[in-house]
Amino acid sequence: MRNIFNYIDRPSPVHRLTGATKFICLLLWSFAAMSTYDTRLLVLLTVLSFVLFYISKIRLRDVSFLLSFMAVFMILNNILIFLFSPQHGVTLYGTCHELFSLGGRYVVTKEQLFYHLNLVLKYFATIPIVLLFVCTTNPSEFAASLNRVGVRYTIAYSVALALRYIPDIQKSYHEISQAQQARGIEMSKKQNLVKRLKSASTILIPLILSSMDRIDVISNAMELRGFGKGKKRTWYMARPFKAADIAAMAVCALLLGASITLNVINGGRFWNPFV
Amino acid sequence: MNEPIVEFKNFGFQYNAQAEPTLYDINLKIHKGEKVLIAGPSGCGKSTLAHCINGLIPFSFRGESTGTVTIMGRETKDLSLFEISKTVGTVLQDSDSQFIGLTVAEDIAFALENDCVGEPEMHDRVQKAAQIVNIESHLLHAPSELSGGQKQRVSLAGVMVDDVDVLLFDEPLANLDPATGKSAIELIDEIHKETGAAVIIIEHRLEDVLHRDVDRIVLMKQGRIISDTSPDVLLSSDLLLENGIREPLYLTAIKYAGVKVTEEMLPHSIRSLKLSDDDRGSVVSWFRSTPPRVREENRPYLLRAKNITFSYSSGHRALTDVSVDVRKGELIAIVGTNGAGKSTFSKVVCGFEHEQEGEIEFTGCDWKNMSLKERADHVGYVMQNPNQMLSKPMIYDEVALGLRTRGLSEDEIRPRVEKTLKTCGLWPFRNWPVSALSFGQKKRVTIASILVLEPEMIILDEPTAGQDYRHYTEIMEFLRDLNSEGVTVVMITHDMHLMLEYAERSVVFTDGAVIADDTSAGILTDPDIIKRANLKETSLYDLAVMCGIEEPREFVQRFIDYEREVFRS
Amino acid sequence: MKRSPVRTIVAIGIGAALFFVLGRFVAIPSPVPNTNICLQYGLLGFMAVLFGPIAGLLIGLIGHFLIDLSWGGGIWWSWVIASGIFGLLMGCISRKIALADGVFGKKGIATFNITQIIAHLICWVGVAPALDIAMYAEPANKVFVQGLVGGIANIITTAIVGTLLCLAYAAAKPKKGSLKEEN
Ligand SMILES: Nc1ncnc2c1ncn2[C@@H]1O[C@H](COP(=O)(O)OP(=O)(O)OP(=O)(O)O)[C@@H](O)[C@H]1O
Ligand SMILES: Nc1ncnc2c1ncn2[C@@H]1O[C@H](COP(=O)(O)OP(=O)(O)OP(=O)(O)O)[C@@H](O)[C@H]1O
Ligand SMILES: [Mg+2]
Ligand SMILES: [Mg+2]
Repeated sequence: MRNIFNYIDRPSPVHRLTGATKFICLLLWSFAAMSTYDTRLLVLLTVLSFVLFYISKIRLRDVSFLLSFMAVFMILNNILIFLFSPQHGVTLYGTCHELFSLGGRYVVTKEQLFYHLNLVLKYFATIPIVLLFVCTTNPSEFAASLNRVGVRYTIAYSVALALRYIPDIQKSYHEISQAQQARGIEMSKKQNLVKRLKSASTILIPLILSSMDRIDVISNAMELRGFGKGKKRTWYMARPFKAADIAAMAVCALLLGASITLNVINGGRFWNPFV
Repeated sequence: MNEPIVEFKNFGFQYNAQAEPTLYDINLKIHKGEKVLIAGPSGCGKSTLAHCINGLIPFSFRGESTGTVTIMGRETKDLSLFEISKTVGTVLQDSDSQFIGLTVAEDIAFALENDCVGEPEMHDRVQKAAQIVNIESHLLHAPSELSGGQKQRVSLAGVMVDDVDVLLFDEPLANLDPATGKSAIELIDEIHKETGAAVIIIEHRLEDVLHRDVDRIVLMKQGRIISDTSPDVLLSSDLLLENGIREPLYLTAIKYAGVKVTEEMLPHSIRSLKLSDDDRGSVVSWFRSTPPRVREENRPYLLRAKNITFSYSSGHRALTDVSVDVRKGELIAIVGTNGAGKSTFSKVVCGFEHEQEGEIEFTGCDWKNMSLKERADHVGYVMQNPNQMLSKPMIYDEVALGLRTRGLSEDEIRPRVEKTLKTCGLWPFRNWPVSALSFGQKKRVTIASILVLEPEMIILDEPTAGQDYRHYTEIMEFLRDLNSEGVTVVMITHDMHLMLEYAERSVVFTDGAVIADDTSAGILTDPDIIKRANLKETSLYDLAVMCGIEEPREFVQRFIDYEREVFRS
Repeated sequence: MKRSPVRTIVAIGIGAALFFVLGRFVAIPSPVPNTNICLQYGLLGFMAVLFGPIAGLLIGLIGHFLIDLSWGGGIWWSWVIASGIFGLLMGCISRKIALADGVFGKKGIATFNITQIIAHLICWVGVAPALDIAMYAEPANKVFVQGLVGGIANIITTAIVGTLLCLAYAAAKPKKGSLKEEN
């Protein structure tokens, strides 16, 4: 994959939303899913996110690599949590229903399993939405969206520059590495760590130093074309909000509202079925 | 005469890091609607002069200036960079860094976005500018999907969306293939006529710029303007040769024939050139009296690439069934359109990339399983972009790097590095950091760092890009010496002079395939191949036709042979 | 003369792009399985010292945000913020070290490394785990151990990569009035 945005251009209602809408929804949604451990809401979010994923016509094989990576990450994180704190659920929910013992402090409880279930649901509730964002947002629109949601245009533009230069930097990295090998610098994977760090630095230093020179050239080029003169700027790729955009944002705001309300009603972030 | 748009009065400039001024005592006026070419050896301060016009000096580069620069009657230091940018549009030397947007359309729109132009109007103006430079079918493409020539067009459109009064081009032709370069010059000319803006072009390739008329040529040397006249006057003097700038080839040829070039002959272009019957006669008799050179017998093969097919991982097919043979001790050129696969071919030969089909033999051994590093002991590759090869901050260390990794002692390394630095014209800068060098100087450092390893065969990707004629000649003569000592040299180039003058044989690439493999004179006199490979017919051919010589191809060949003899002795 | 703000904007963009490429594609597997050595913090330290705290903060935030986004699974806000704060803290010594003028001696090395150790400890043993607990309700001992291991690895790579970068940059920067042709 050459870039962060894995933009797949297939007409769908999700594609038609503006970049700004999708970005706001991503933020609202991920905060909603982050702030609550209420299983009922998490199930709702998960179901909704799968529905949206289906609507947007992204196919599983478009994202299978990312999914398998995330699965590994999720499993590892769950195992780590269990290893470090097998009774975390008991502390959180205040009751203890033992199921069976794995020896020592590793006693499996209903509370712990329920906590893990919530963690996994959180992943399921957010991953499809992030993938959706990555696959249906045109990277060119992203910076304009940031500016639209209130980020200063100068900072929004630095995000655009990052997206513009990531492929270039990857390409230079590759070429510098080849040029160094041609001059006799060993890059093989079999060497020890210190040697590999050293050979990595023979690529990184020219890569980074030439990028520093580039900063000067690019900022000159931008100033010569009037960047930074006004308090505002317009965007070629910006699109006006439509009814669907407002509706999408409203739904996401409602979900975040629900998440916060539930936290108040439950008297904390956890919905406790054990009492 | 109307008021000058740009005016320098007794102007001088010294960069903070420099011990000496870079510009001295500049007096120059540029009027509305004029078209001016600025020429001069590498490092003489042309880009610095350009920075003074577009406001990067004093607003971005630090240094001290004396005298004044005024734009539309106001001193630049009292204006802001933004105000200047409304008057002066600049196309920088490096079109990659000038490309700021994520796509073509956004890049063209950049200046308009900064001016808060509304979206509908912006889309309109972008569309118009794109049409003028003929890129409107690529509006949604990313820079990585464009060729060098297309990027150049985008930068042009990007400055044209704003109505500026001065257009400034810093080496617009570098890295363009000859036909694309020619159409860039035509495009600049059309824009000049259409908009009435003053046009300032900085360029080494004089003959290529003169393809369309310019009003004046400003010649610079070591930070001073030494001449500022019409092309005809300059070309009929000896100033160009004295200052290491290459004159048009047809002029060199008629000078060899003993004809004196005068202003009245309108020497600025082969089309305008007027030769009397006597002059023609001298050219013809020079041609008859120059003996054809005896060609050498065939030597054994060094490198044989057979039926190579290669695609990048993105799926882009870059080479299709390419076969190239290189004999031991040859000096050949690889030419062709931008994006034809010339650099890719070198990368495959050197093991940077791996062919999907075909095989490579070197002195009869199959190279299939040789690693990049092992191949590098036999074949040295100087890459197109010097920034990708430079890894040490200091010049000396950079050149010594390859020797050090091969485990030589410092005592053995020193003389070899010093000798190479001298041959590459880098001796005066040996204690400078690489970052302080100009593009042409950096390129020489990378050539030095490969030459010092003394490979059997050396591939140079655009060895003379950004070099003035003097350094160009130095590098090429050095390569020729190496070649006569038995080193095989392959050059990739867009410079037809270079190809004619130095390469016995040329291989022509188009769209990832080899379409011709012949003597250089043969290729540059074959209209079909010239057209298919975006090359440019040599003006020598036109000269021969003009003088009524029946074998123009032979004329071109004799010219090269003669020049070789002259340089030899 | 004042530095142009546009230069800082470009530095943030290019810095974030480099941070992303180093963090996402240039992984050097460490002896501990499943963890990679993060070279990007050496870069972040260097660029923060060169361009100041705001640039440091934004390079860390944007770069890390883009890395998380590119993996397609939730954005781990606590670590994104910690990366930003590391850049911010390193940027605070940009006035003490005149790296932009090519000065980076023994004193510079010491200042750089002491600051980076403190900053990493604050970020990975303080900020990141605290946010993990507050935002994600993860067990405390797990996040502290994770932070400590990550922090120490980052300290080591920043010490090597960051210091080397500063030295190379300073060496490559011509001193005022120093460029003279010699024969
Ligand atoms: N930013 C800088 N700081 C210090 N010295 C510089 C700077 N830019 C250029 N110079 C020096 O000024 C001199 C003139 O450089 P300039 O780039 O104007 O040359 P040029 O005529 O455009 O050469 P070329 O044809 O190679 O582009 C060179 O010796 C160069 O080393
Ligand atoms: N790393 C890459 N990945 C994908 N495609 C590439 C890559 N490098 C080059 N290409 C494509 O391969 C083709 C051949 O490129 P190459 O660089 O070999 O051209 P070239 O003949 O050297 O051109 P130029 O004269 O402009 O240097 C081009 O269409 C280019 O876009
Ligand atoms: Mg220049
Ligand atoms: Mg090439």
